[in-house]
Amino acid sequence: MISDFNLVPLLPEIFMALTGMGLLIVGVSQGNRATPVICAAAGAALSIAALVLLSLGWDAQTVMNGMFRFDEFAGFMKLLVLIGLIASLALSSRYLTQEDMARFEYPILIIFAGIGMMMMISANNFLTLYMGLELQSLSLYVLAAFQRYSVRSAEAGIKYFILGALSSGMLLFGISLIYGFSGTLDFTVLGKTIIGLEQIPIGLTIGLVFLLAGIAFKISAAPFHMWTPDVYHGAPTSVTALFAIVPKVAAFALLMRLLFQPFADMQEDWFQIIYFLSVFSMVIGAFAAIAQENLKRLMAYSSIGNMGYALIGIAAGTAQGAGAVVLYLMIYIVMTAGVFAVILHMRRQGLAVAKIDNLAGLSKTEPALAYGMLILMFSMSGIPPAAGFFGKLAIFNAAMNEGLYVLAVLGVVTSVVAAFYYLRIVKVMFFDEPADSFDKNEGSFARRVVLIVSVLFVIGFIIKPSILYECAMHAASALFTVAG
Amino acid sequence: MTIGLEHYLTLAALLFTIGVFGMFLNRRNVIVILMSVELMLLAVNINFVTFSAYLGDLAGQVFTMFILTVAAAEAAIGLAILVIFFRNKGTIAVDDISSLKG
Repeated sequence: MISDFNLVPLLPEIFMALTGMGLLIVGVSQGNRATPVICAAAGAALSIAALVLLSLGWDAQTVMNGMFRFDEFAGFMKLLVLIGLIASLALSSRYLTQEDMARFEYPILIIFAGIGMMMMISANNFLTLYMGLELQSLSLYVLAAFQRYSVRSAEAGIKYFILGALSSGMLLFGISLIYGFSGTLDFTVLGKTIIGLEQIPIGLTIGLVFLLAGIAFKISAAPFHMWTPDVYHGAPTSVTALFAIVPKVAAFALLMRLLFQPFADMQEDWFQIIYFLSVFSMVIGAFAAIAQENLKRLMAYSSIGNMGYALIGIAAGTAQGAGAVVLYLMIYIVMTAGVFAVILHMRRQGLAVAKIDNLAGLSKTEPALAYGMLILMFSMSGIPPAAGFFGKLAIFNAAMNEGLYVLAVLGVVTSVVAAFYYLRIVKVMFFDEPADSFDKNEGSFARRVVLIVSVLFVIGFIIKPSILYECAMHAASALFTVAG
Repeated sequence: MTIGLEHYLTLAALLFTIGVFGMFLNRRNVIVILMSVELMLLAVNINFVTFSAYLGDLAGQVFTMFILTVAAAEAAIGLAILVIFFRNKGTIAVDDISSLKG
């Protein structure tokens, strides 16, 4: 029965699962004094998992009776997820003690969320997809409510939980319809079944719509975005950083695998949905962010807008579009990690602040930080020569090649609108009367490293953009080779 | 009248719709929302079991087992978060989940 009992492609996940459970035992026996050690161990475990991932052969293969697929696309996206997790762990370490929430579960939950995301990326069966998605979501619900004496954090947890459960329900309803009308849960078989159908049954189309609605919740694409600003605002800032950086990558990888592999033959059905989601997200992301005063809320709307741009690449439906999405996500996570490093630095009298006004006159009080933020904001708004420009360029290029002129033009217009609120932050930092300086942060070495790496990446991308561009294109092209 | 596939599917769709509406129309209590979530997942289970019997394929019933297990974990986490919220706020009325706005 078990013809392909080959666990090698799962080694990073297995390693992380074992480490996670081992650390849980350490945590239970040692209590919260072990938190710094467990944080460091979790960071080391994620790095080792990344090295294990790199040492695997990245040839396309399906194992576990077709449940788990590993190819260059999966490998590349998993690497992005692991880098994002390491960055968010590095951002958290100091914040945990400052906010008095240094409990040992925190890094362990990040590891488990990471395993869930990696399962999502490699899913080749709806069962694997669902289990990965739930492992990720359940860990993230707990993280959102992690600051348990804070009303806001608890409220963010409740909102995230309720809307997350709703989205899982819709996703499952869609899966059940797809199962019923195609007779299979396996992506490879499903793809062949759809190609063989003369007429697509209506049940399959409805199932696909429910499935896409469920995933749209997870990537916070408008009109399924209503939880995002509240959850980003209420959750502890280090957790917001995690939410903004990593789960999007995993959900996008899942969406791309679904749409470009099993549902490739139903492109005219899903094209309209993706088109609509993309337009709506770009518009909401650009216009709703203008009125925001809080940086965390602003970043929430910014992420909604960015997901809209990335969806353009999927709407293009070509290998070039998929490569552009991968490149865009890569640049997006690096920029976001840098911005959150700055937000986490903002503390006055021992309290975290996140208003835009709190940044007033930062160029006088902390010039290095202000110039770092300046570069990140230029990159976010897509001003050349920063990295953000090249991500948008690749996306719009892919859209133009497929004749999606409306999407491309709308993308440019909304990025101009979005530039307004990014540049407003620059104006507040450089031209407003200085406010009190922020607290001196001791021991925030890891966070500083994240900020410096992020800024250097954003500036240095122009030196040789082709390397990462080729990598992204190569990874995405693996989606379009026939599944073996 | 024999009870066929369409009857089961209609029942599941109705239960799912009741679940979704229960989530949005209820303004009183978060526990009701948790119940609505369970209702949605059980509607999906009916779908899976129906299709599984209809197709003569066991994968759907296996999926149902997984959904039941995950639903239990989800309910546990939902209640835990609700307890935290109640400790902070002293209420679990849906209208009071409103300190984050803008």
